Amino acid sequence: MEMDKLGVITSFIHNIVVYNIPLLYGTTGEILVEKSGSLNLGVEGIMAVGAIFGYICGCYANSLGVGIAVAFLAGALCGLLFAALTVSLQANQNITGLTLTTFGLGVYFFVGNGLKAQGWPAMNDYANIKNGFADLPIPVLSQIPLVGRGLFSHNILVYLGVAIALGMWWYLNRTTPGLKLRAIGENPGSADSVGINVTRMKYLHICLGCGIMGIGGYYMGLNMSGSFNSSCWINGYGWIAVALVIFANWNPALAIGGTFIFGFFNTLRVSGSSLAAAFPGILGWLAMIPTQLYQALPFLITAIVLVVSSIRQKEGSGLPAALGLNYFREER
Amino acid sequence: MPQQYAIALKGICKSFGSVAANKNVDLNVRPGEILALLGENGSGKTTLMNMLSGIYKPDSGQIFVEGKEVSIDSPEDAKRLGIGMVHQHFKLVDVFSAADNIWMGKEKTGLTLKKDRYDQIEEMAKKFGFDLDPRKKVYNMSVSEKQTLEIVKVLYYGAKIIILDEPTAVLTVQEIRKLFGVLRRMKEEGHSIIIITHKLNEVMEISDRVAILRKGEYITTVNTSETNEQALTEWMVGHKVDLNIDRPPMAKTRPLLEVRDVTIRSDEGAVAIDSVNFYIRGGEILGVAGIAGCGQKELCEAIAGLRPIEKGQMIHKGDNIVGLSPKAILEKGISMSFIPEDRLGMGLAPSLSITDNMLLKNYADGKGPFVDRKRGRADAEQVIRELEVVTPSTQTPVRRLSGGNVQKVLLGREIKAGPNVIITAYPVRGLDINSSYAIYNILNKQKQAGVGILFVGEDLDVMIALCDKIMVLCHGKVMGVVHAHKTTKEELGLMMTGALDLTYKYEDKPAGFAKDTRFETRDEAEED
Repeated sequence: MEMDKLGVITSFIHNIVVYNIPLLYGTTGEILVEKSGSLNLGVEGIMAVGAIFGYICGCYANSLGVGIAVAFLAGALCGLLFAALTVSLQANQNITGLTLTTFGLGVYFFVGNGLKAQGWPAMNDYANIKNGFADLPIPVLSQIPLVGRGLFSHNILVYLGVAIALGMWWYLNRTTPGLKLRAIGENPGSADSVGINVTRMKYLHICLGCGIMGIGGYYMGLNMSGSFNSSCWINGYGWIAVALVIFANWNPALAIGGTFIFGFFNTLRVSGSSLAAAFPGILGWLAMIPTQLYQALPFLITAIVLVVSSIRQKEGSGLPAALGLNYFREER
Repeated sequence: MPQQYAIALKGICKSFGSVAANKNVDLNVRPGEILALLGENGSGKTTLMNMLSGIYKPDSGQIFVEGKEVSIDSPEDAKRLGIGMVHQHFKLVDVFSAADNIWMGKEKTGLTLKKDRYDQIEEMAKKFGFDLDPRKKVYNMSVSEKQTLEIVKVLYYGAKIIILDEPTAVLTVQEIRKLFGVLRRMKEEGHSIIIITHKLNEVMEISDRVAILRKGEYITTVNTSETNEQALTEWMVGHKVDLNIDRPPMAKTRPLLEVRDVTIRSDEGAVAIDSVNFYIRGGEILGVAGIAGCGQKELCEAIAGLRPIEKGQMIHKGDNIVGLSPKAILEKGISMSFIPEDRLGMGLAPSLSITDNMLLKNYADGKGPFVDRKRGRADAEQVIRELEVVTPSTQTPVRRLSGGNVQKVLLGREIKAGPNVIITAYPVRGLDINSSYAIYNILNKQKQAGVGILFVGEDLDVMIALCDKIMVLCHGKVMGVVHAHKTTKEELGLMMTGALDLTYKYEDKPAGFAKDTRFETRDEAEED
């Protein structure tokens, strides 16, 4: 009996990680894009595009690696579109991003519905995908009681997401290209005047960041076991990622923590009733809360986070000063 | 044997839309000389230099660096050719340290940022004789420190030709002297320097030769030792200009505006103005001198009712004005005229026409909910006529006008309301000689009409010539009020840096207290 209760906690922790890693992909991808001074509101759409192409191509090739690569490429292509419109053609970033969301969701349903009419590939039929997405426990660490299996026994994409976040922190803060990228986000005119190729850097990092978002979308598709129906796999996570960027203060390492804080509330929705059943004494009230409130919770928290973050002092803020502003060298 | 120039420009043309910024400009810079580039606003100095630094590309013409024809397509190319530019608006990343600002332009570096970059930059700054803390963040730096960083930056990239765009505009007299010392030392080391300015005395002091541009065209290049300020002005403007600024004498009247023991906080919560006393009489121009950011903005805003004061009193003709809204100050018949430091940021709506900008000030006087456009147009026409504003029509958006005309529209609108006190901050900021003199004349005319004027300025020569008295601020404290005809630039400079405090120069009363103050009469009235 006692073991069962611990098992509930362990799987709760496990679920926090498993269900919310896509947020980390979306957030770190968006941080990279925003650090280059571009505000891309198309995360939701880009994740959807990455998801649908990654899933389909991955299944047809029966390879998780191909799925990841295609999801990345599809996301990067969306980034290329965004960069072409905003960097080269100087289109308004907000509008372009919003358009990209609509466009991405359109592509998602167009491709998905079209394929469904001819025969949808079910994830269970592709052993390599299914096995590739299975948990890989880290030796020793995963043996820690209570939290071991919750934190250290996950699929490869979880590890990849955390590695990307940590790697990105190192790249931004400890490398010269990272310094140059931050300079562009702060003051593209300064960066340009010391000979940094602003256009090339922006294209490169927008595409990279959007590619990372694409992988996040693919993850969501896999997590839903690839069952395609009327609601999109991404389900608003792209928007939460945009808010998480602010919550994480544009710091990819902090984004890991931010993801899990959001994930905690998100997971209450799914696993709240099992917690209530396991600990009727202290957590019984969790069952009383209507599911609608749980569903609204991430968005409520997003709103609160945005308000709190906007009060935060300017000093120490990771907000790139030139965020959302297009750069044109000859502008007077 | 023809001389090898460090830089030679031949027949450079550049247009923005239908406006020609540079027409057929030729310019030569010798190795190891300081060339001053002189010209009015809009004469194309900065545009020309931006073509050397790779910001703009010339439409036609040739550029030679050390005798070889080159094409400069980007700042990267300019850097590679050894051309470095210190822009008027510094190109620095505020949140970076000094070292990172320099490091970010480094080519061919490893992937990892090493800690020793700080030592490396400090060492190299020392080598050139600069005082620079490589770990200091730019947002903590003073203007002069930022400029030093910009110069160190271009030297670090190995620039042989250094362009400085109006480097002295933001510096104090002492800092300018220091900068000129640096420039002379760089010249001795064989660097060629181009310095853009429109201050003639600086041209005479620092340069070896002067090149003059007028309305985008190259006029001439002369040796500094063979010319004088009058001749340079005529080349620059194209006709004779009287360089004297009038200071019409006026009879003394009782103080119009008195400020007693006023303390004001800045947006960040720091004390911006610290227990300041001063007064303005009718028919008097009181200059306010000080290094930029010494509380001038806060003081102006407080008087205009835009910023609350922490403590102290302000009376206008004996009536308290503390705590009134800007509109109430106007409605009480007290016309404050406030010309913000950023002339387009707050005073005018750039996209609106001149007429609409006129209406911004007096829309409330109209009857009913509709705008009285007819009156606004009449006002606009009057200002255009009286102040000789150059504009296609009253419907032209203000942002399309040149700087001088924008400032005339702003001043014109303020004067239109018939004020008796004008608060004006940097009214000639960035203006050329002709436009500046037009503004001085407008202010003098107001002064002769009995208006008291608070003139926050930056050019000490002008303030000494134009103002009756000058109050000097240093970090929010008054360092004294001096008579303009009795003081010198050096004295003002020392006061600005806080080295000299003349507040108690006269034993009978500290500076800033009027003998015939209205405060006492006011107290008596209250007792009755």
